Amino acid sequence: MVISKQTRSKIDAVIAKYPQARGALLPALHLVQDEYGHVSKECAVEIAEIFEIRPVEVMEVLTFYNLFFDSPQAKHHVYVCTNLPCSLRGARGLLRQLESQLGIKAPGETSDGRIFLGHEECLGACGYAPMMRVDGQYHEVLDIEKAKRILDSLGE
Amino acid sequence: MLETPYVTNYLTEHFGEEDYPTIEGYERVGGYRAARKALTEMSPDEVIELVKIAGLQGRGGAGFSTGMKWSFMPKDTDRPKYLVCNADESEPGSFKDRILLERGSHQMLEGILIAAWATGASTTFIYIRGEYAYPADQMERAIGEAYAKGYLGENVMGTGFRHDVRVTRGAGAYICGEETGLLESLEGKKGQPRKKPPFPAQYGAFGMPTTVNNVETFSHVPHIVEKGANWFRSFGTEKSPGTTVFGVSGHVVRPGLYELPLGTMLSEIVFEHAGGVPGGRKVKGVIPGGMSMSILPAGQLDVPMANEFLHERKTMLGTGGIIVMDETTCMVRVASVISYFFRDESCGQCTQCREGTGWINKIVDRIERGAGEEEDLEVLLDVAGKMEGQTICAFADAAAWPIQGLLRHFSDDFAEHVRQRKCPFAESFEL
Ligand SMILES: Cc1cc2nc3c(=O)[nH]c(=O)nc-3n(C[C@H](O)[C@H](O)[C@H](O)COP(=O)(O)O)c2cc1C
Ligand code: SF4
Ligand code: FES
Repeated sequence: MVISKQTRSKIDAVIAKYPQARGALLPALHLVQDEYGHVSKECAVEIAEIFEIRPVEVMEVLTFYNLFFDSPQAKHHVYVCTNLPCSLRGARGLLRQLESQLGIKAPGETSDGRIFLGHEECLGACGYAPMMRVDGQYHEVLDIEKAKRILDSLGE
Repeated sequence: MLETPYVTNYLTEHFGEEDYPTIEGYERVGGYRAARKALTEMSPDEVIELVKIAGLQGRGGAGFSTGMKWSFMPKDTDRPKYLVCNADESEPGSFKDRILLERGSHQMLEGILIAAWATGASTTFIYIRGEYAYPADQMERAIGEAYAKGYLGENVMGTGFRHDVRVTRGAGAYICGEETGLLESLEGKKGQPRKKPPFPAQYGAFGMPTTVNNVETFSHVPHIVEKGANWFRSFGTEKSPGTTVFGVSGHVVRPGLYELPLGTMLSEIVFEHAGGVPGGRKVKGVIPGGMSMSILPAGQLDVPMANEFLHERKTMLGTGGIIVMDETTCMVRVASVISYFFRDESCGQCTQCREGTGWINKIVDRIERGAGEEEDLEVLLDVAGKMEGQTICAFADAAAWPIQGLLRHFSDDFAEHVRQRKCPFAESFEL
């Protein structure tokens, strides 16, 4: 058993809210990932048992969606939106500058595994461009100084 | 962040008030009166008829009549019926649903309740894109408040009507905005769109009769029930009544949200409301309805923002996401960004879509690098033409239209790249 008791009971509670248990699969994957930062092979197998489906079915779903990870992740995730509205307002220049600040190429992570820098598609913030999503939080109407301050303020 | 709209109307007028997202704040300005009226004074058929007469059209992109859609739900059935609220908002250029969820949570819930009454649905699933963490939390809070007040649950407002609302978070896939991709995802599967028929009204979520509506569509409903069809029709055009929340982005002085009647001139939105292009530069082109719609060149902005007029210019209202590009913009780079997105997000089920989106992106990038040939323009049109109307879902059309539009109005930009064997737009936004 790798999934904690608390998470397991949360999963059971969500399952009860759907007409078919399988409806709770995405919520369950979110819950497991909230706890561990990714969904490991072992967790996927256990989730398959809970939902009475084959592990490969869990893996298929896991890999279809961009927000799920099947391997351990950097501590902090920084995504700059580079879709058209954001690009028109300098998002790609911002991304280049953050790359040189961190000394890496996006998508990629710092050698100490602390920060992952990548780009993302439209995040529904086009009117407040350029923007980035850092550890799930939106930061909008950025300029390079503001973006650097946000990176500097990330904890260990 | 998330500024309240620069121009407000009935949907967004209270969005600046701090307590409006709470049930007390919402009720203080008359909230939930419309639901009470529908549930106690109107039959389900009367509600459907009212919404039909009001002429409300879906605000999720396709613009289908909402009252008609509700009337497709089977009446004499023992099977449970469901509503789905499409809060997947991922169309590039669209950012209206986010604020409608965050600030107008109860307005949308009230619309859902009225729709549930009209269609006889027992449960609503609100499917929110995974990145919208705060809007999802806020919706959960609002739903909790509505249960506590007896506006949701076993006995809604003491009428004996039962309705439950659940929030499901997506996990980052544009295609889950397409309604049957959404249904698959809701069922815990890959978000691959279904073949139609059967349509959701026959075979929807978990195999049950289902109606899918957009966040904004639901949000209009309480106003129609409270103030009537004639009042609703006093906004907008004969064929496209009501307001909508336009999102303006790109090269304008005041990017942001503007709630305006349908039929407002595109030029008025771009130049007067959003302040035109900064730095005295000129407009080159405008995408009027989210990135899947065809672009309009600067000379064609004198068009009312309603489908009956936009169709004449071979484009559509879509989600009302207006993307403005100034005269420095390289339209081949625009095509590159657009085609990359569609290549990346194709779910891969249909050959024309999977292969076509990849091809288009490859050819466009070749042209941008200065390695394109004259024939490439023909090939692009040919590939895009073969993607239209041939696939399981409208994603492939959405991928073809913007490319066809760019070639229709800006083929010189493409040709110039081929001729000069490089990108001639040094001032353009970076790729
Ligand atoms: C590729 C694709 C993506 C879509 N994305 C969305 C979306 O994010 N939100 C939305 O409401 N509708 C989206 N739609 C439209 C839905 O399929 C559906 O028509 C809509 O949710 C119906 O609601 P309405 O009638 O209230 O507009 C999309 C359609 C396609 C083909
Ligand atoms: S058209 Fe594209 S996105 Fe739609 S089902 Fe076919 S492959 Fe998937
Ligand atoms: S394009 Fe960046 S948030 Fe929409």
